[in-house]
Amino acid sequence: MPFIPHTETDVQEMLAAIGATNIEDLFDEIPAELRTDRLGEIPPGLGEMDITRLMMERADQDGRYKCFIGAGAYEHHIPAAVWQIATRGEFYSSYTPYQAEASQGTLQLIYEFQTMMANLTALDVSNASLYEGGSALAEAVLMAVRANRKSHAKRVLMPRTVHPHYRKVVATIVRNQNIDIIDVDFDGKGGHTTIEALEKVKGDDVTALVIPQPNFFGVLEDVDALTDWAHACGALAIGVVNPVALALLKPPGEWGAKGADIACGEGQPLGIPLSSGGPYFGFMCCRQEHVRQMPGRIVGRTVDLDGKTGYTLTLQAREQHIRRSKATSNICTNQGLMVTAATIHMTLLGPDGLDRVARNCHANTVALADRLTTLSGVERVFNRSCFHETVLRLNKPVSEVLQRLAERDILGGYDLSNEHPQLGNALLICATETKTGADIDHYADTLANILNSGN
Amino acid sequence: MTNIPKNLKYAQSHEWVERLDNGAVRIGITDHAQEQLGDMVYVELPEPGQEVNAGEECAVVESVKAASDVYSPVSGTITRINDDVAANPEIVNQSPYDDGWLFEIKLSDSSELDELLDAGAYGDLADAESH
Repeated sequence: MPFIPHTETDVQEMLAAIGATNIEDLFDEIPAELRTDRLGEIPPGLGEMDITRLMMERADQDGRYKCFIGAGAYEHHIPAAVWQIATRGEFYSSYTPYQAEASQGTLQLIYEFQTMMANLTALDVSNASLYEGGSALAEAVLMAVRANRKSHAKRVLMPRTVHPHYRKVVATIVRNQNIDIIDVDFDGKGGHTTIEALEKVKGDDVTALVIPQPNFFGVLEDVDALTDWAHACGALAIGVVNPVALALLKPPGEWGAKGADIACGEGQPLGIPLSSGGPYFGFMCCRQEHVRQMPGRIVGRTVDLDGKTGYTLTLQAREQHIRRSKATSNICTNQGLMVTAATIHMTLLGPDGLDRVARNCHANTVALADRLTTLSGVERVFNRSCFHETVLRLNKPVSEVLQRLAERDILGGYDLSNEHPQLGNALLICATETKTGADIDHYADTLANILNSGN
Repeated sequence: MTNIPKNLKYAQSHEWVERLDNGAVRIGITDHAQEQLGDMVYVELPEPGQEVNAGEECAVVESVKAASDVYSPVSGTITRINDDVAANPEIVNQSPYDDGWLFEIKLSDSSELDELLDAGAYGDLADAESH
């Protein structure tokens, strides 16, 4: 889509048409005290040569770490073709154009993305993406409250095994919507959510249950039992899933007797590089019966007057340009460029490639945990199966150990002691397919050195 | 010319109300309303047992052009909903006053019916909007 700027003549003609003398007139309504006439923290401009040099120097400071941190963002191999194709001029927009501007290519790409996500989750429909995993879950909670009209309590059960950042985002977004988010404790041995824990907080009316798979600790939840429990209570089941894990694990649409109602999650593992937290993208899929409560854009396939295949935005009556304040969401944009990369990434990997990635992630994480737990002072915290993350307990404070590992160019994992102090010196580790046996040995040898010294 | 049956009462928000023998009322949208909205693609109905107040939105009709709230012209409890229109929304276009009814309400205050428009007054309103 070409960018066509306004010329000075265009601007003058438009101003004349509306009877304004200059562009500043358009901002009259903003009180003077709310406006700033300068951005004092922004330094003067630099030439390209200077800024390139500065950025190279900054990049050198990053170092070359071996990353064993997961916790919601994962280092995966991204084929070079992904971003080579995604940054072609035809695709290179972070914004999904409105219907009138959208090219058939953009719409078809989103349609293919939706098809892949619906297949991965075994659900009927997918939207065109949301901002990221946390806000996708918040939107899923709002959607479940709208969709479950049998329930009047607006009570959503939120296991403490859900990513702590997602729980914060959900709390922030639904705070003023009279929705109660009820925390559910996890089992201390398994690190999973049990039916007993749910029964304790069940109350009279449950609107929805959030089910993470794998959960924040990397642990596999008993999704069939949790989904069936939710449905038996008249609640909707919301799956929060890792898209790579779906290559191996039972998809949300097949959980329990009836399947989950909504699945959402973070799309970053599908071709998006780790980059200071973003931009990433959220995804959301649901059963057909809930589609009118789904937020975000949906592209459909149809035929034109000549019978030729065409793609178009569909079910727009849910959206804010038609339903105004009653729209399913007032986040109506999506992460178009990230979705483009993810669609190309999934296309290049194919189902078999994604399956291999998932298997290697699981095998590497198991190998890393097995190796590290041979060291004295390191033990597993939970006894249930994991996907590509697991929790270890150290005999030293985790922040100190991570600091010393970082000095040796290893990012050793995610320190859980702030969010889950009751787990002790707990460390969440992850080894994706990007790690080799030598990397794992190097981590283990380095950790052994650190734990043995200074006692 | 839009069809406005004489035996019904009307709300300014384009719903019709029919008194039933059992003391309840049946509610739908007028012929004029369905003409304005165009081909219906979706109808969302209230839950039986739900309490509604006069003027409160309690259903949504969505056409290829727009989505529009349906307001209850009277206060009371929803007793029945028309599952046929939920399954086949085009019935609202084909038969707005008969098969295309939306829901029934057991009145909590039958005097509210006196505040509704008769066919003549509603006809004037629909005419004014069409011009």
